[in-house]
Amino acid sequence: MEILEDKPGKQILLLGNEAITRGAIEAGIDVATTYPGTPSSEIADTFSLIARSFTKQKKDPSFYFEYSTNEKVALEVAAAASITGLRTLTCMKHVGLNVASDAFMTYLYVGCKGGHIIVSADDPSCHSSQNEQDNRYFALFGNAPMLEPSTPNEAKEMTRIGFEISEEVKLPVLLRTTTRLNHIRGPIELTKIQKPRTKGHFEKDPMLVTVPAIARLQHPILLKKIKQAEQISEKSRFNKIINVGKPKEWGIVTSGVSYNYVKELAGDMKLNVRILKLGMTHPIPKKMCEDFIKSCENIIIVEELEPILENQFKVIAYDLNSKVKIYGKSSGHFSRLYEYNLDIVADAFSKIFKIKNPINKPKESKIKLPSRPPALCPGCPHRATYYAVKKAAPKTTIYPTDIGCYTLGKAPPYEVADLLLCMGSNAGTACGFAIATDEKIISFMGDSTFFHSGIPPIIDAVHHNHDVVITILDNRTTAMTGHQPHPGNDFDGMGRPAKKILVEDVVKGCGVEHIEIVDPNKIKETTEAFKRALENKGPSAVVSKSPCILLENRDKKKRGEKIYVHEIDQEKCKNCKICISRFNCPSFYYGEDDIILIDPQQCNGCGNCADICPFEAISPKGVKK
Amino acid sequence: MKGKINIILTGVGGQGVITAANILGKVALKEKINVFVSEVHGMAQRGGSVNCSVRMGDVSGPLVSSGTADVILSTEPIEALRYIQFSNKNTKIITDINPVIPYTVSVGAEKYPDIKEVFNELKKYGDLYKIDAVKISKDAGALITKNIVLLGALAATDVLPFKPEKLLETILENIPSKFKDMNKKAFEGGLKAIKKY
Repeated sequence: MEILEDKPGKQILLLGNEAITRGAIEAGIDVATTYPGTPSSEIADTFSLIARSFTKQKKDPSFYFEYSTNEKVALEVAAAASITGLRTLTCMKHVGLNVASDAFMTYLYVGCKGGHIIVSADDPSCHSSQNEQDNRYFALFGNAPMLEPSTPNEAKEMTRIGFEISEEVKLPVLLRTTTRLNHIRGPIELTKIQKPRTKGHFEKDPMLVTVPAIARLQHPILLKKIKQAEQISEKSRFNKIINVGKPKEWGIVTSGVSYNYVKELAGDMKLNVRILKLGMTHPIPKKMCEDFIKSCENIIIVEELEPILENQFKVIAYDLNSKVKIYGKSSGHFSRLYEYNLDIVADAFSKIFKIKNPINKPKESKIKLPSRPPALCPGCPHRATYYAVKKAAPKTTIYPTDIGCYTLGKAPPYEVADLLLCMGSNAGTACGFAIATDEKIISFMGDSTFFHSGIPPIIDAVHHNHDVVITILDNRTTAMTGHQPHPGNDFDGMGRPAKKILVEDVVKGCGVEHIEIVDPNKIKETTEAFKRALENKGPSAVVSKSPCILLENRDKKKRGEKIYVHEIDQEKCKNCKICISRFNCPSFYYGEDDIILIDPQQCNGCGNCADICPFEAISPKGVKK
Repeated sequence: MKGKINIILTGVGGQGVITAANILGKVALKEKINVFVSEVHGMAQRGGSVNCSVRMGDVSGPLVSSGTADVILSTEPIEALRYIQFSNKNTKIITDINPVIPYTVSVGAEKYPDIKEVFNELKKYGDLYKIDAVKISKDAGALITKNIVLLGALAATDVLPFKPEKLLETILENIPSKFKDMNKKAFEGGLKAIKKY
C-alpha cells in the first residue's frame, strides 16, 4: 500500500481525507475511532482498509480501529485511550460533533495525555448534510486548540504536528476541515513514520472525576492551557505572513480552503497585499494579529460561513484603539452562506479594490436540461417497504424520517418523508406527532441509525405508550456513506469477527410488544404487517429485513450465483403504468409508442416488479452480465 | 510548466469520470507538475450528474472558475452543456455523442432536448469535438473503457503538458494486467478520433 510507505521525501497523490490518515500513521497512531459521515468517511475507511488487509494476512496493523456506535461513543473510546497516554484520532462529520458534544465539552476540562486529534469535517453548501453549521464555534465554545488546513499536504502535516500540540497542552486538538479539503486530491510529501506505543498506562487521579468541586478546579486549568496554546500559536509554522506584490496599507486575513482562493487571486489580480494565513485558528496568535493590524490601514477577512476571525479581529482592533477598516461579512462584501470559490472571492476583491473582475460572469445555455436527481437504486429493498407502506396506510399518515439512503423516499411518488432533524429524530418526532395529532404515524430509520441514536426514543414511546409505528429498515449496512459495518454485522471495521446484535432483539428488550419482522420483498405480507401495526394501539415496530442490493449482488457474484434481469412481456402488458409511475424503479423507461421497457444494464434482479404487476407481465429472463 | 491548465470532466455517476480525473492527477505528479483534483462524492454517485476539476501548474484554488476551462471532457452530451459556464470561446469541448437518458426523462417527467440542438449549442461556446466513445470502447473490448477513450481524445489535443505516451503509461500502471490490451486500444481509439478532426 502506497499510503504505508516509509519513504520520507517521496511525493504521492492523496485525497485530503487519506492525507489525514497518513498524518496519523506518521505520528504513530494507536487508536482511531469514528462514526461514518460524508465528507469525513474516507479518513476512517482508509484506517479500515489498512486494518482489514493486515487482518487478512493474520498480521497486526499496529493500531486499533473501530466504527463506533455513534460519534459520542467514538469520542469517549478514544478519550479514555488518550488519557492512558496513547495517540488517538476521532473523525466525524460536522453534525457528528453535536452528538459527541456532551463528551467533548467536559473532556476539555479533564484533558488528555497522549495526543488526540478530533476531526470535524464541515460541509459548507450542504453538499451532503442537513445543515452547514460552522464547527469552529466548538473550538471557541469548549476551548479546544484548532487547526484548519488549506491543502491535503497541510492536512497531513497538521495531523502529524497536531499530536505534538495536543500532548504539549494536554488538550485534544480540533482539526477542522471542509468538503473542499476532504475531497481534493493533491501532492503529499511523506514524512518518516514513527513507531506506535505498545500499551497505555492509567494512573488514577481524582481530578479526572468531574464532580462539581473538581469541575470548578478544572475550568481555570483549562483557561491556563488555552493561554499556553496561544503561545504555541504565536510560534506555529502554520501561521504566517505572505507578501504579494509591494504591500502597503492593505492586508488580508484568511484560513482553511479560503486561503487558496486568496493566494491565487492576489497574484492574478496583481494585488499589493500582505496575507496573514492562519492555520492554527484557535487560539489565534494575538500578538501576531496585533502587529498585523498595526501594519495595515485596511484589512479584508476571507473566511467561509461565520465571521469568526472577523469578530476576533474587530475585538483586537478595538482594544488597540486602531482605526483599521475591516472588510468582510458585516461590510456586505462576503456572505455567511455556502462555500466560496474563485468567482465569489474575485467578485468581492474587484468591489473592494475597485478593479476589473478577471472572471467573466458565467454563461448559461437557454436549453432546458433534464435533472439527474439521486434515486433509490433499482432493486433497493427500501422501495419495496415504501410500496407496502403506501398500500397499508391512510392518506393522512405522517411520516417522520431519518438520515440515510431511505431519505430519498421524500421524492414522488412515495413522499414518505415529512420531517427530518438529525440522526435518530424519526422516532422522537413520531412520539411528538402522536401526542399532538390524531393522525396515524409511521416513522423510518435505517439499522445503523437505529444503533446510533434510534433506541432512546423507542424506549420513550414504550414508556409513555405513544401510538406510533416505528420502522427499522434493516439492510445490514451503513449504505449511504459507503457500506461501513455496524453493530448488526458479524464482523468489525478491522475485518475481525464480531458479535452481531439483532435489531428485533433490542426492540424487544426496549419493551415493544407488537413487533412485525418482515422481508420487504414479500410485498403483500409486508403490507399486511403494516396494517396490523397500524391497528395496534400504542407503540409497534416493523423490522424490515433485506440486505442492500448492491452488497447482495456483489456477494452473489463472488459466490458465482446468477442475477436474473427482468423483462416485460409486451403481449401481456396492459400499459397500466403501475410499475413505472407507482413502483418507480429507475430501470423502467418508455420506449417508442409509450411501451414500457426494462433496461437490462440497470435491473438488479430483485423481482419485486413481477409481484406488483397486476397482469403477470414481468418475469426473469436473461442473466445479468 | 508555466501557467495554468484547467480541465473539467463531467458525466453521469458510474461512467468512470472520477477515475479519469485521478489518473490525470497521477500523471501530473509523476511529471512533477503541481496538481489538484477535486471530486464530487455522496449523493451524486448513483446515476447523478458528476463533475470533477483537474487543475495543473501555478494554481492553488481547487476548483476551476467560470469561463476558464481549457477543456470540458464529457462522457455524455447534455452533461457538457450543464457545465458550460466553465467554457470560453477557446475551450475545447470533447464529448461522447451518446445520450444517457436520466430516469426523470424515462418516466416521462422531464424531456431530453433534441441532440442536434445540444451539439449546435455546444458549438456556440467552444471548439466542439464529438466522438462516438461508446462505439470505440466496445470495439476495444468493453463499454467500461469509455473513460479511457475520452482520455485518449484529451491527449490528442495540445492541452496537456505531457506526451500521450506518458498518460497511457500511467493508465496501464493502474489497471490489472488482463485489461491492459483493452485499455490501450480504447486510448488509441480516442486519440485517433480527435486526430481526424
